[in-house]
Amino acid sequence: MVGIMRYFELFAIPVDYNVDLAKVTKNYLELQRAVHPDRHANASSRDKLLAVQNTAEINDALQILKHPVKRAEYMLSELGVDIRAEQQTLQDPLFLMQQMELREELEELSTSDDPDTAIAQFEKQIKQLDSQYSAQLAEQLASNDEQQWQLAADSIRKLKFVYKLRDELERIEDSLFDD
Amino acid sequence: MALLQIAEPGQSAAPHEHKLAIGIDLGTTNSLVATVQSGEARTLTDVNGAAMLPSVVRYAADGITVGELAAQAATQDPVNTLISVKRFLGKTQAEIEQSYGQLPYDFCQHDGALAITTAAGNISPITASSDILKALKQRAEESFAGQDILGAVITVPAYFDDAQRQSTKDAAELAGINVLRLLNEPTAAAVAYGLDSGQEGIIAVYDLGGGTFDISILRLNQGVFEVLATGGDSSLGGDDFDSLLVDHFKRETGVMTLSPSVLRLFINKAKACKEALSQYAKVNVGLEFDDEKYTVEVTREKFEELAMVLVKKTLRSCRRAVKDAGITNDEVLQVVMVGGSTRMPIVRNQVAEFFNKEPLTSIDPDRVVALGAALQADVLVGNKPDSDMLLLDVLPLSLGLETMGGLVEKIIPRNTTIPVARAQEFTTFKDGQTAMSLHVLQGERELVDDCRSLAKFSLKGIPPMAAGAAHIRVTFKVDADGLLSVSAMEKSTGVQAEIQVKPSFGLSDDQVANMLKESMTNAKDDMQARMLKEQQVEALRVIEALYASLATDSALLAEHELTNLNAEIAKLVTVRETATEPNQIKAAIEKVDNASSKFAELRMDASIKKALQGQSVDNV
Repeated sequence: MVGIMRYFELFAIPVDYNVDLAKVTKNYLELQRAVHPDRHANASSRDKLLAVQNTAEINDALQILKHPVKRAEYMLSELGVDIRAEQQTLQDPLFLMQQMELREELEELSTSDDPDTAIAQFEKQIKQLDSQYSAQLAEQLASNDEQQWQLAADSIRKLKFVYKLRDELERIEDSLFDD
Repeated sequence: MALLQIAEPGQSAAPHEHKLAIGIDLGTTNSLVATVQSGEARTLTDVNGAAMLPSVVRYAADGITVGELAAQAATQDPVNTLISVKRFLGKTQAEIEQSYGQLPYDFCQHDGALAITTAAGNISPITASSDILKALKQRAEESFAGQDILGAVITVPAYFDDAQRQSTKDAAELAGINVLRLLNEPTAAAVAYGLDSGQEGIIAVYDLGGGTFDISILRLNQGVFEVLATGGDSSLGGDDFDSLLVDHFKRETGVMTLSPSVLRLFINKAKACKEALSQYAKVNVGLEFDDEKYTVEVTREKFEELAMVLVKKTLRSCRRAVKDAGITNDEVLQVVMVGGSTRMPIVRNQVAEFFNKEPLTSIDPDRVVALGAALQADVLVGNKPDSDMLLLDVLPLSLGLETMGGLVEKIIPRNTTIPVARAQEFTTFKDGQTAMSLHVLQGERELVDDCRSLAKFSLKGIPPMAAGAAHIRVTFKVDADGLLSVSAMEKSTGVQAEIQVKPSFGLSDDQVANMLKESMTNAKDDMQARMLKEQQVEALRVIEALYASLATDSALLAEHELTNLNAEIAKLVTVRETATEPNQIKAAIEKVDNASSKFAELRMDASIKKALQGQSVDNV
């Protein structure tokens, strides 16, 4: 693995897409105990500013390490492929077809005879897609081959679709069981 | 009387070890100040033994009075007596009138900010708040026999937005208080009960004060206090319970129209009756006026029958807050009671029934917020180096920028742990566009009109380019107090155009400096002396902090660097004691800052490494 991956070093965790979230949270709190401005409340103005900057960076690193898509995009950009501001769309007709079918299925959930079971089943499909693309992504990001990094970009784009479906499902669930 | 002030001898065995810090509850109706002494948090009282200072300031032609005396003058001099100014902080005149209807005040604009015309001049809500803070600071100084107060933690409601927090901090600065941290009131109450250590889960803070009701749902997770939801009623409090009794007295005596002085009598008797009913099942109220004598008997049962409608109203807010937080009543681990009105048995019983658990009431609900703030101040100032307490706050409301079509683009979403810095890039939409105006907003809604406008400013001097070619990087920075600063920069050509944020509500640094000067001349105080004092305190902070760091980490520096730094510190020690001009000390501090900047960075890096010691990547 190349790239600098500063955030992984900062949190003392191995550079791997599959992060140990419990460890990230634990180390985050240890880091905060060291640098948080409250720990330097009685220091000089200069030192306080330094503490704020360091804490802000650690907070930012946490957001990125915790979030699967942000983490992947960060790792990929460290490898020299920055897709964070891209306008490019996914070119994979099969995948897009599958997404359209899933969307239709999702829209029918609320009118289903047994929404509980239907939602549970749909959730299972999403989980499966999530683990499938996440596993691919982890492998592609761990590779030293530039070709693989381009494929990783596609995996990220696909994961974004999957997470959008998941958010949509949550909204439907909320509206169904909210009163 | 004077003996009371020095009841506690200020000298401990090691006088330099314990640093003085205070916690301030700047309340809508009453304000308090507390400190930690001998390991115990306690509120400080005035010469009459009262801990609560009514948040009332009277600006008469012949001078300013704060607290009880001002409150007593409220009926005869309503125009010049500012009550509950906290409600006005960070608000526009239109917002205030919409929320509170007709008020006896004469609002005006002063230096582009909201003010109230009084006999003592135009007074902004910030100035009035600072006069309350000054009174509390003075009380603390007297009880510390002149020792320096190194800093204060000031509490604010969890729902306060940036403008309101900024105004609170400005008020503190005007009062000459070094703010260690702005702390959310419900968090402070939870800290007073020690809920920050050990427990994890959902905490509800039920705060029924004199004139306001707040309910906050917090989640405590590994040292982070997250505000899940807030709710309440800004015009429901203990006073409303009093007026229920006043109406009852009217019915019982048959005297329906009251002169102002009789009304005042009724209100005072109602308050006393309400308080007595928290202990007794029955109270006989004697009402003597206009040569008539009445006795009204009030049972607790009768009072609770009257009060139930108000208590139910608070529970409705609780239900909504619980729902907003996305939790159920059963998930609430602890309920903390805050505010004097929670002493009423009916309130305690109903809240216990609603959350299905006994609420925490062992700490005086009037003082609990100030005590929590004092505990936090004690830790922040460095009196408890071994304390693990770290309160990480989150941004209460999302921050964003206006984009095309009156929509808000969120830059930092709510509940992001602070401090935080986020940047976002924008571009021009017209060919040859050389300026861009930015509108900073706070709130959760999508439309600009539904969010609170915090600041507007423009970035000028963008080199003319085709539409979409310029890259404007806007950076939002939020510090640990939740205060925002925004900057923008054009980066594609390397041309940097810096902008100044002109806050719509808080004060610019110049305004603060001017107001400080003004207040000094008004009070005939010696500006120079005060600035000198402030620099001396800052110098002491720098010296003590450096000595403490050098004691543990001097090995990080090469010998000549160490010698050089020690020499600069020694100079500062001398200058601090001998200087007659604040600028002399300021210059010496700057020299020490420069000499120690490398040391500071090395220490910060070392502490980051040390925090995760033994966790190198290879052995995880």
